[in-house]
Amino acid sequence: LQMCFGVSSLSESREQNQYQFYNLMCLFFYFRDRKEWADLEPVPQDDGPNPVVKIAYSEKFTDVFDMFRALLKNDEKSERAFALTAEAIELNAANYTVWHYRRVLLQALDKDLREEMKYITAIIEDQPKNYQVWHHRRMVVEWLNDPSEELQFVAEILSQDAKNYHAWQHRQWVMQEYKLWDGELEYVEELLEEDVRNNSAWNQRHFVISHTSGYSAILEREVQYTLKQIKKAPHNESAWNYLNGILQDGGLSSYPGLLEQVTELQDTCSSPYLTAFLVDLYEDALETNSSSYDQQETLNKALELCKLLAEEKDTIRREYWNYVSRSLQNTYGSGDPVSSSSDPPPPSSSQQPDTEPSDP
Amino acid sequence: MGTQVKDVIIKPDAPNTLLLDKHADYIAAYGSKKDDYEYTLSEYLRMSGIYWGLTVMDLMGQLSRMNREEIIEFIKSCQHDCGGISASIGHDPHLLYTLSAVQILSLYDSINVIDVEKVVDYVKGLQQEDGSFAGDKWGEIDTRFSFCAVATLALLGKLDEINMDKAVEFVLSCMNFDGGFGCRPDSESHAGQIYCCTGFLSITGQLHKVNADLLGWWLCERQLPSGGLNGRPEKLPDVCYSWWVLASLKIIGRIHWIDKAKLRSFILACQDEETGGFADRPGDMVDPFHTLFGVAGLSLLGDEQIKPVNPVFCMPEDVLQRVGLQPDLLS
Repeated sequence: LQMCFGVSSLSESREQNQYQFYNLMCLFFYFRDRKEWADLEPVPQDDGPNPVVKIAYSEKFTDVFDMFRALLKNDEKSERAFALTAEAIELNAANYTVWHYRRVLLQALDKDLREEMKYITAIIEDQPKNYQVWHHRRMVVEWLNDPSEELQFVAEILSQDAKNYHAWQHRQWVMQEYKLWDGELEYVEELLEEDVRNNSAWNQRHFVISHTSGYSAILEREVQYTLKQIKKAPHNESAWNYLNGILQDGGLSSYPGLLEQVTELQDTCSSPYLTAFLVDLYEDALETNSSSYDQQETLNKALELCKLLAEEKDTIRREYWNYVSRSLQNTYGSGDPVSSSSDPPPPSSSQQPDTEPSDP
Repeated sequence: MGTQVKDVIIKPDAPNTLLLDKHADYIAAYGSKKDDYEYTLSEYLRMSGIYWGLTVMDLMGQLSRMNREEIIEFIKSCQHDCGGISASIGHDPHLLYTLSAVQILSLYDSINVIDVEKVVDYVKGLQQEDGSFAGDKWGEIDTRFSFCAVATLALLGKLDEINMDKAVEFVLSCMNFDGGFGCRPDSESHAGQIYCCTGFLSITGQLHKVNADLLGWWLCERQLPSGGLNGRPEKLPDVCYSWWVLASLKIIGRIHWIDKAKLRSFILACQDEETGGFADRPGDMVDPFHTLFGVAGLSLLGDEQIKPVNPVFCMPEDVLQRVGLQPDLLS
């Protein structure tokens, strides 16, 4: 259950790592040869299952981690142990045990946490897609109780990859914990200027507004802002999801002028998302039995659009659109219920060789 | 008015048949190459690595090629005094690796080689006041850990040991405006987190709280023209999402909303014909993680050469039947 970026970045950086260690091998003075380390007996790797082939790690990696294991075994809390964690982290920043140990040492040795902030900043800049480094930074910020550098730092990381999931989590944590909401909406807008399809930024927009003004007073502003972004880049799932999300509570069909504005966009800004949005809007009109809409005509329009999507505009999701179509007909139509062979099968059968229990 | 869809192009010469024997050979050999740099670097997740390898071998009917006794001994050496289990010997315990260990022992029907009561204590001890779970004593909170906690306890038959109501409350508080789930409240919806949350809600019998149509739509929107699935809007497809997205859809009863033929051809294209194994996308380097999820995804799609896989636990269905677990699925 490891998130992919912990593993695939392993492959991507593998070449880089191998090159680096060949370089370092020539210059590195092994810990096992250093007289200040002479009192420690290095503890070799124990892989458990008996290796058939003698292990031949890179020399430096072996040296550093053998020493690390020795320190752990003796539960040593010293400056040299602290220095070694940095070496170990450089070789493998994903090793969470090393990070744990470093935190224990930071506290036991009463280390300068400002220095640690500089250290973790450099590490994250080098390897921004790693759980451990971000969690470590959060711990240091908490210990210092000082978030003053955080928003700037995260902005820097996001400037390299505006969708870095870890960076966004850290940012949200800082903002909520220390109540740093000012200027965030402006920041989100900047990011959307750069890439209007940045789903993380749209999520952040929702986050900021939900926790500050709320949507009631500024709903119209948000609707207009979103429609404006859609005009700039019509094929934009995030913008349409956002529009749908913020209007859910009030209901799409009763929002004044919305149908007109969206229909207007059809000529120049058509996309499967726009069509899907109209289907949702019509469905809302039917569900609320809105007096502003002719029920039969609305149903027909919705069915027509579902057909368009299934057969032409979004064929990869034709099963979904056929489902919506059938649901609408069955719920609001005035004829016999419609079903098809691609309806979800009754519980006793399944798409796989039948090993699933039949639920009542 | 460019549509600029972020996607990959599958080359005409990409693999289009399932090379199960090559994948079994790849995984069987993976554990023995202990001098491999990548293998060394991934020691911090070794327990999960073993779980990925064993599960995919079992799904392919090749579990006997793996070294059961040594692995069981290894796991015994990884349980700490607090009850938690670490990724490898000398590493610190963590909920992620505790789950992987319990999954492996379930595969091998050897749960009692570890101290089960202590595992339960460890898991219980990680639950926070708001119902969430930390991954370990350092306190990182993530819905992944909510899933790990209940999956572990379910496999041990000890689900009643935690505060279920609070645990459910926390996971539901991570439901977003688009129907999806993130790692913490307000976090961006992400297919991996959605798998964890729907899996969690299945195990705890709370799937009726999901807006299945809305979430199902968000999930089927992950399918790109190439047939592959991404994890959130405007990202590239990746074969592991064939699992996170597909399993989630299966759990909420909407797996047929994916174009199966197109997804299958994407997954097959991620195979490496020379080395065996699957990569995240066609042409990249393979690894056991993506190999498991490629094969598991194909199983969910109905490939009869592969054993049926349980969408909640990502383990062979026959193992769960033996354990007596039947997590809910929506229809």
